[in-house]
Amino acid sequence: MTYETLSKIVQQGGTVYFSLLFLMVCVYAFWPRNKETFDRAARLPLDED
Amino acid sequence: MAAIDGPKGTPTSGAGLLAGLLGIGVFLTIFMASRTPDPRFMVHAYIFMAAFTVALAVLVIGISAGRFVQSDDKYEDGVIRAGVIASLFWGVVGMLVGVVIASQLSWPNLFYFPEFGWLNFGRLRPLHTSAVIFAFGGNVLIATSFYVVQRTCKARLAGGIAPWVVFWGYQLFIVLAATGYLMGVTQSREYAEPEWYVDIWLTVVWVTYLLVFLGTIWKRKEPHIYVANWFYLAFIVTVAMLHIVNNLAVPVSPLSSRSYSLFSGVQDALVQWWYGHNAVGFFLTAGFLAIMYYFIPKRAERPVYSYRLSIVHFWALIFIYIWAGPHHLHYTALPQWAQTLGMTFSIMLWMPSWGGMINGLMTLSGAWDKLRTDAVMRMLIASLAFYGMSTFEGPVMSVRAVNALSHYTDWTIGHVHSGALGWVGFVSFGAIYCLVPWLWKRPRLYSDRLVEWHFWISTTGILLYIAAMWVSGIMEGLMWREYTSEGFLAYSFVQTVEAKHVANMIRALGGLLYLSGTLIMVYNVWRTIRGDVAALETNAILVQPAASGPVPTGTVAAE
Repeated sequence: MTYETLSKIVQQGGTVYFSLLFLMVCVYAFWPRNKETFDRAARLPLDED
Repeated sequence: MAAIDGPKGTPTSGAGLLAGLLGIGVFLTIFMASRTPDPRFMVHAYIFMAAFTVALAVLVIGISAGRFVQSDDKYEDGVIRAGVIASLFWGVVGMLVGVVIASQLSWPNLFYFPEFGWLNFGRLRPLHTSAVIFAFGGNVLIATSFYVVQRTCKARLAGGIAPWVVFWGYQLFIVLAATGYLMGVTQSREYAEPEWYVDIWLTVVWVTYLLVFLGTIWKRKEPHIYVANWFYLAFIVTVAMLHIVNNLAVPVSPLSSRSYSLFSGVQDALVQWWYGHNAVGFFLTAGFLAIMYYFIPKRAERPVYSYRLSIVHFWALIFIYIWAGPHHLHYTALPQWAQTLGMTFSIMLWMPSWGGMINGLMTLSGAWDKLRTDAVMRMLIASLAFYGMSTFEGPVMSVRAVNALSHYTDWTIGHVHSGALGWVGFVSFGAIYCLVPWLWKRPRLYSDRLVEWHFWISTTGILLYIAAMWVSGIMEGLMWREYTSEGFLAYSFVQTVEAKHVANMIRALGGLLYLSGTLIMVYNVWRTIRGDVAALETNAILVQPAASGPVPTGTVAAE
């Protein structure tokens, strides 16, 4: 693998793929159906030991 | 080591294996101590040997006496209690050394000891930074992570004796690092000073820690992995990665305390600050945010403001922080585009930092009265205020033009301490004040009024410290860049040192106040562990039967 190929993968990875990945995280976090799971998860520390 | 736990009341798994490994370790270190030509390496070989021997003796005696049994239906809290005590011990040591070196800067004629080279500022300064960051902060993180992961996964810590290996192995790392600095064993890499063999030891301990944490998550009885565990996991994994890469080095010989880095020149500098800034991002931020996400909701008795925001907060922090390191290398041989990249990502960090801070603060919405009535809660919330302040200041300082003024000045020291004393310190104290009554099964702290004293004395200390450093930092930055009309530098270096004298004294006073607050806390925690309740405050507990006088020592255990 040449330096050029490697740097191209890294540059695309650092901008395009990571941004897409982060976008997917945001979609997951704000997906309406997940709200119930998150509301339950948020109460986890408050459950009695 | 991470063997599967048996039914309750079985011998702790891994104890026999550990005894065998320790036996091998004792022989190996005797061999190394006897063969090395390097006296400093010999001292460390003997410290290793002593630690292994004591551990082996305790194990053998314990196993033969039928100790080391575990019941899987109970949480492993012993190692957390040990972690709380170790945190306080190293906290006092690290802050005391900080006051000493602040005094050396303020009164060099009184605190400079030419006949004791190991007390020189250059030896004590890394001792201070490592003691407060890794010894105090690290113990707080290990202890709280063990507490939080068990409670939110509803599972006992995995790995049998492994959590104790993590605890004692980490203390041994601290002792080796600290004694090394005093003897002059150092790689001269900031926050990564320990030499190659201590680095290998820390790697062993840290991988064990990772396996214990992952193993506990693996056997969880709760389907969802709570957000605090994500932050802890990011902290453990990233620190492992940073530590291994930054410490890639070739020892001069297997029996030498000296090594040379695999990197050189600007690559070396970049790797070091990739490490250094992510130590801030993942050790001092992600780890302590995990504390925030568990202890603030728990103390406030309400769920975190927005769980969705916490997910976005986590991933934004992870994706952005890792790129910010090059802002430490403005105006160096590092290519300018890389400097600009570091600066840009630092500014982007405003979003996750403040998003996280708001998430923590707003958890209190509807319960703001707790700020007035509960000093522990106030400490936790003040930590978030300092977090917001220092994460606002940091990106500003990363801008190249601002950095031209701030770099190498006391402004940097002030910035670091508003984060370290205000954020890391206060969130740790808040967590410890919560943990002590829970772990020792006490109904309350010995004294809430002492928490008030701790809070106000330490807050005053922080404000004195950072205000003094802002003034002296900006002043010396301006003095350094001042030219005369003939084009000469207006001030010699020693003139800038002289000009900082008053600010240095105020800084030492601020540090002393902060240390005093911590000592008040140690007293309060010690009395709480003993089971005492302050005489003036006993009538405040109405739920306690026969709460008319001081509660007898050790009998309060309200199981």
